[in-house]
Amino acid sequence: MSYTEKELKEELDNKSYEFGFVTDIESEKAPIGLNEDIIKLISSKKNEPQWMLAYRLEAFRVWQKMSEPNWAHVKYTKPDFQNISYYAAPKKKKELKSLDEVDPELLRTMEKLGISIEEQKKLSGVAVDFVMDSVSVATSFKEKLSELGIIFCSFSEAVNNHPDLVKKYMGTVVPHTDNYYSALNSAVFSDGSFCYIPKGVRCPMELSTYFRINESGTGQFERTLLIADESSYVSYLEGCTAPQRDENQLHAAVVELIALDKAEIKYSTVQNWYPGDAKGKGGVYNFVTKRGICGYRSKISWTQVETGSAVTWKYPSCILKGDHSIGEFYSVAVTNNFQQADTGTKMIHIGKNTKSTIISKGISAGKSQNSYRGLVKIGKGAKNSRNFSQCDSLLMTDQCGAHTFPYIECENPTATVEHEATTSKIGEDQLFYCMQRGISEEKAISLIVNGYAKEVLNKLPMEFAVEAQKLLEISLEGSVG
Amino acid sequence: MSELLIEIKDLECNIDNQKILQGLNLKINKGEVHAIMGPNGSGKSTLSSVLAGNDNYEVTNGSINFLGEEISEMSPEERSWKGMFLAFQYPVEIPGVSNINFLRTALNERNKYFGIDSIPAKDFLKMVADKSELVGLNNKLKNRSVNEGFSGGEKKRNEIFQMAMLDPKLSILDETDSGLDIDALKIVANGVNKLKSSENATVVITHYQRLLDYIVPDFVHVLHEGKIIKSGDKSLALELEKKGYDWLKTDENI
Repeated sequence: MSYTEKELKEELDNKSYEFGFVTDIESEKAPIGLNEDIIKLISSKKNEPQWMLAYRLEAFRVWQKMSEPNWAHVKYTKPDFQNISYYAAPKKKKELKSLDEVDPELLRTMEKLGISIEEQKKLSGVAVDFVMDSVSVATSFKEKLSELGIIFCSFSEAVNNHPDLVKKYMGTVVPHTDNYYSALNSAVFSDGSFCYIPKGVRCPMELSTYFRINESGTGQFERTLLIADESSYVSYLEGCTAPQRDENQLHAAVVELIALDKAEIKYSTVQNWYPGDAKGKGGVYNFVTKRGICGYRSKISWTQVETGSAVTWKYPSCILKGDHSIGEFYSVAVTNNFQQADTGTKMIHIGKNTKSTIISKGISAGKSQNSYRGLVKIGKGAKNSRNFSQCDSLLMTDQCGAHTFPYIECENPTATVEHEATTSKIGEDQLFYCMQRGISEEKAISLIVNGYAKEVLNKLPMEFAVEAQKLLEISLEGSVG
Repeated sequence: MSELLIEIKDLECNIDNQKILQGLNLKINKGEVHAIMGPNGSGKSTLSSVLAGNDNYEVTNGSINFLGEEISEMSPEERSWKGMFLAFQYPVEIPGVSNINFLRTALNERNKYFGIDSIPAKDFLKMVADKSELVGLNNKLKNRSVNEGFSGGEKKRNEIFQMAMLDPKLSILDETDSGLDIDALKIVANGVNKLKSSENATVVITHYQRLLDYIVPDFVHVLHEGKIIKSGDKSLALELEKKGYDWLKTDENI
């Protein structure tokens, strides 16, 4: 399948029709509340096949019997699940005529992030004439991928165009019975991304949703399924450093990664959801289930830089099923003001000679609470498996908190499990030293924090890493006290 | 006629409501080397911190005029941009930040202040190569994190390397000799001497005459209870070495 630029432009212009959203946008919103009829409505609006609907309904039945988990080290008002509308046609943002109409605070941040004017317009909903350049980039991008047999599309498209792959793998890593939020997601997911890398193919570029420009608003219940077939490789970028404001307070996403034998998946996330204001009002609740499964000699690497959300509940994990498989988790989680994060990973060693590495760097500022929660489980058969965990916390003020909850379960005596943890406070003497050399306080904080997080930032693809650095700087502005 | 670089008048300052400096006066001209000596707790390190602008110290009286400008309310970074440099007694470690990145940031921040373009990478690297040779800094140290895992001697040498890179007008060496063996001391002193010019001045804070054998001062001042109680030429340092400080203290009391 190849596009001409004209075709692509047409497709973009018409994308709101693609899924049958022909009528008035406003009337496309489902009534609030959640019941089987609503789920049937979602499914039919998306023209889903019967099996997809059956999956959703089953998940809904399971969800009804579950209760919301309470164990995380976060406090918030529980959402009223019957007071949410679970279906809305992709939002048509109010189109603004120029950047002058955009919140200057938002613009200032984007400028600092080094986002181009065109992109700034796009992100803040200003009408943009399509730059031919970016269209042709996307077109050649699509051509190249399809030549290699790589499938990269929205989840809804995949359900209709690649039902066999979806049926075979969906729910195999994160079953709908897994937890409260994954069950909810399985019942009502709005859209998301699907990616398949065929056998032996090395994806030549970093896949990011940014390039999948026919993507429409994915809504609050996103679902991602990524399959790397035998001996393939893919690096996937999720999220974006630009501040994302969203009126949906609850986000419950599911991400499933499948690395078949000798495959490698690198999954990088930079998330910057609206964290609420400086007084702790508003902000997104981000309850995400991310998990990958590794076949023989395969590798899954999670890298995340988390600066947003009022409440984060997120544990990207690896099931190391195949012998000699490798799981990695590199994380920087920043909390400021009244943000709360409970994040970490699970490394489940099942196969022999499996290896996992966990590097977690928490940064707490303001009055925030930042917790690392991790499980390293060595199963009975996981002979000679190894884990190394390092959990560091950096405190910026004396009113914030850093907590570490490591769990280790080891059932095989030949395994080696190491855990290191440090807590430090950003030092006045460090700041003064920098300032004496002519580095202003803000810059000094960013330098020190980036130094602290370097091990993780180094794991990000180059361009992403530069943006992530700037993001850390912005997130911690004026945070030392 | 030599040109005035800094003039400190009646300087008084507190930390945690405790008076440390109690009316200190000092004038330094360009091209001069001043040594400040004195017993423990006399206020030597406080003086260096106050000059560099550490806001843990509260200036309660007096003035600091640096290159014709009153600086006692100025931020530490602005003082730095104008040419103030403090070689720390205990250089701070900054994990994960390479020495090179640290210095490049420092230089670029200063350039920004003066409205000059950032220094091109090529010129910067050449400068690093030249200046590190001056203080005999091991090549590997330049790429390592700032002071992390450096030995005592390496840390002090790194301070002088930074001084060479920033080319300050006034350098204050706060007990740079502490913790140095004799060979390291010579290297550090040698570096400082090479950086001396008719345009800059150096303040050497030390307990011991030994460093002054290598960095020869034009003036020696004795600090006691927050003020300078005696000034002289380099022979004063030798006298102090022999007699200690007590004879001066009694002088003052009479």
